[in-house]
Amino acid sequence: MADTAKAKGGGTAKSTGGRRRSRKDSTTPAAGGTTPGVADEKPDVLLDYYRRMVLVRRFEERTGQAYTQARIGGYCHLNLGEEATVVGLMDALRERDYLYTNYRDHGYAILKGMSPRRVMAELYGRSDGVAKGWGGSMHMYDTEARMLGGYGIVGGQLPLATGAALAVTYRGGDEVVMCQMGDGTTNIGAWHESLNLASLWNLPIVYTIVNNFTGMGTSVDASSAEPDLYKRGSAFRIEGVRVDGRDVLAVRDAAADVVEKARSEQRPYILECTSHRLKGHSVVDPAKYRTEEQVAEARANDPVAAFEQHLEKAGVLTEEKKKEISDAVKEEVADAADFAENSPSPDVSTLFDYTYATPVANESRRMPADPVFAE
Amino acid sequence: MSVITYRQALRDTLRAEMLRDDDVLLLGEEIGLFEGSYKITEGLLNEFGEQRVRDTPISEEGFVGAAVGTAMMGLRPVVELMTINFSLIAVDQIINHAAKVYGMFGGQTSVPMVIRTPGGGGQQLGATHSQNIELFYAFVPGLKVLAPSSPADAAAMLRAAVRDDDPVMLLENLGLYNSKGEVPDGDESVAEIGRAAVTREGSDITLIGYSRMAAMSLRVAEELAEQDVSVEVVDLRSLRPLDRQTVVDSVRKTGCAVIAEDDWLTYGIGAEVAASIQEGAFDYLDAPVRRVAMAEVPLPYAKPLENAALPSTESITTAVKETLSAVGKRVG
Ligand SMILES: Cc1ncc(C[n+]2csc(CCOP(=O)(O)OP(=O)(O)O)c2C)c(N)n1
Repeated sequence: MADTAKAKGGGTAKSTGGRRRSRKDSTTPAAGGTTPGVADEKPDVLLDYYRRMVLVRRFEERTGQAYTQARIGGYCHLNLGEEATVVGLMDALRERDYLYTNYRDHGYAILKGMSPRRVMAELYGRSDGVAKGWGGSMHMYDTEARMLGGYGIVGGQLPLATGAALAVTYRGGDEVVMCQMGDGTTNIGAWHESLNLASLWNLPIVYTIVNNFTGMGTSVDASSAEPDLYKRGSAFRIEGVRVDGRDVLAVRDAAADVVEKARSEQRPYILECTSHRLKGHSVVDPAKYRTEEQVAEARANDPVAAFEQHLEKAGVLTEEKKKEISDAVKEEVADAADFAENSPSPDVSTLFDYTYATPVANESRRMPADPVFAE
Repeated sequence: MSVITYRQALRDTLRAEMLRDDDVLLLGEEIGLFEGSYKITEGLLNEFGEQRVRDTPISEEGFVGAAVGTAMMGLRPVVELMTINFSLIAVDQIINHAAKVYGMFGGQTSVPMVIRTPGGGGQQLGATHSQNIELFYAFVPGLKVLAPSSPADAAAMLRAAVRDDDPVMLLENLGLYNSKGEVPDGDESVAEIGRAAVTREGSDITLIGYSRMAAMSLRVAEELAEQDVSVEVVDLRSLRPLDRQTVVDSVRKTGCAVIAEDDWLTYGIGAEVAASIQEGAFDYLDAPVRRVAMAEVPLPYAKPLENAALPSTESITTAVKETLSAVGKRVG
């Protein structure tokens, strides 16, 4: 297992003082580098991780393109640079486990079991989208895949995921809830309240922080008084782990570990995965606030390229295999885009179909120009 | 006269107010290094430094409440909430604290703070990011709620808000940031809070709006003028206090009214305005007051659905024409 940093609940996180920077374990992603130990792994498993990482990469690139061509509207946040984290996390979850995420949700949606076609159709706002075109980029949802939503309000998913974990214990189930969020989210009130509840109620939930060191343009250093985010559960006696989020195997191991502990101990855990955002906060953000060094560092630490090179060196990934995977993924993404393109827009007659789950007297079905009392 | 955008008017005024008064400080997410999600604070961190342009963590409840506290100490914080949707995280601090401190403590301490925040649908942002919930704040005594529709008004109202001793919500609009308008050079005018404006005179019908809907109403009036319909446009400008008199005076003159609002119809801003017309101009009304509002649904992402749900120049025009035909005035 790759290096991870740990913070015990109940306070191994050192009390800190003095200047911000000196309070921190490190200012870059956790130790461990981007060279995973592949020796003990089955080649098929490794190649499948690689394929999934490439799938997320190509899907997001295509999404960015479609957004630029105005095929996709609204806000659009990509998982570029976070592929190893997404793949590792989703591999650690069992099918029956539940997932909540923030709005940066496309990769998670696909790897939790939603079809790329229907995710892309949602991005296009089409009727075959996972939310029938009602949600868009930030709001992927699929009951069957147990992906209980991407949420656009920062921190909005935290209390919901906590409640889902309560429901699991209420029913005596053995599922775990994973609640994904960004680093910036650990500063919102809902974080503190959710952690307290989860610890108090012994809930099987893993709060997963995808730490790309920036929330929009604000660095973790500038926003979090305890920048070692995995330690932030110590006030609630929740154990935390930090792992290099650019290392798919390290993420998978760390995630599997906390997920299974959450399951067997019926306790909440925190998992922090560190990585870099390859692009701006959203597709339209030119990220002018980033220095050239930061951009270069992110590029140099591209997890997909690193894993690819590593598998090549290890002799697992041949030129032939690489091409095969590349072609297959390209086709899958092109097929998803075609599907989205050809899916019809939702009909305006459905505008009032989803305000209430039950029929209700006097529900307003008025279009903007309609009078209140029709003659 | 210069022609500038609504965005530029806000930015220039913020800057000028900071130069004028050292007690003015800015708080908000991404207002410094990022220069504002919608670039209203562009260049201000550079010019005024971190002490006065303070980037906050994503902690709306915390920093809005902290602004209340700094205002209680006599400073003049101007808070930016990235959009009005996120004000919901801070609603307790706004309604239970900012609006209450003056009255609840017997008028000992005022709360001279401003919350600037844009609203507005039409950007395909989906249900949680497209709400026009100005009503929540307009409902609360103790708050002042302003909704400028033009660059000149944005500047004059921001100036008024910063200099006011009460908590003021300045509601901007995503759909107006790039709109342009004339602003007199060296303008120092301070809007009078609580005053509506007749932005176009007319005699056939009164069309009432605020923010984006006031701007849209002007366009509708211009188009209808070509069909010989004389529309008087009232821009509410201030949602609390509400200038009922200006509205009623106009309706007494024209005999009928249409209200255009970007929010949901039931209990919305238009309901209050319609009630006021009924109370103040009942004997003058030749037709029922019509309201054009957003369809009462969580706003969908898909463009055709979103377009259908939002008021438009077409839907406003339809309501105006139908009202005119109800009073026996022919159009076109
Ligand atoms: C309550 C709330 N406040 C502000 C925003 C605007 N906003 C959207 S994303 C974001 C940054 C979040 O950063 P982080 O949690 O690190 O997640 P990342 O985008 O890096 O995945 C902000 C401030 C919001 N959506 N909700």
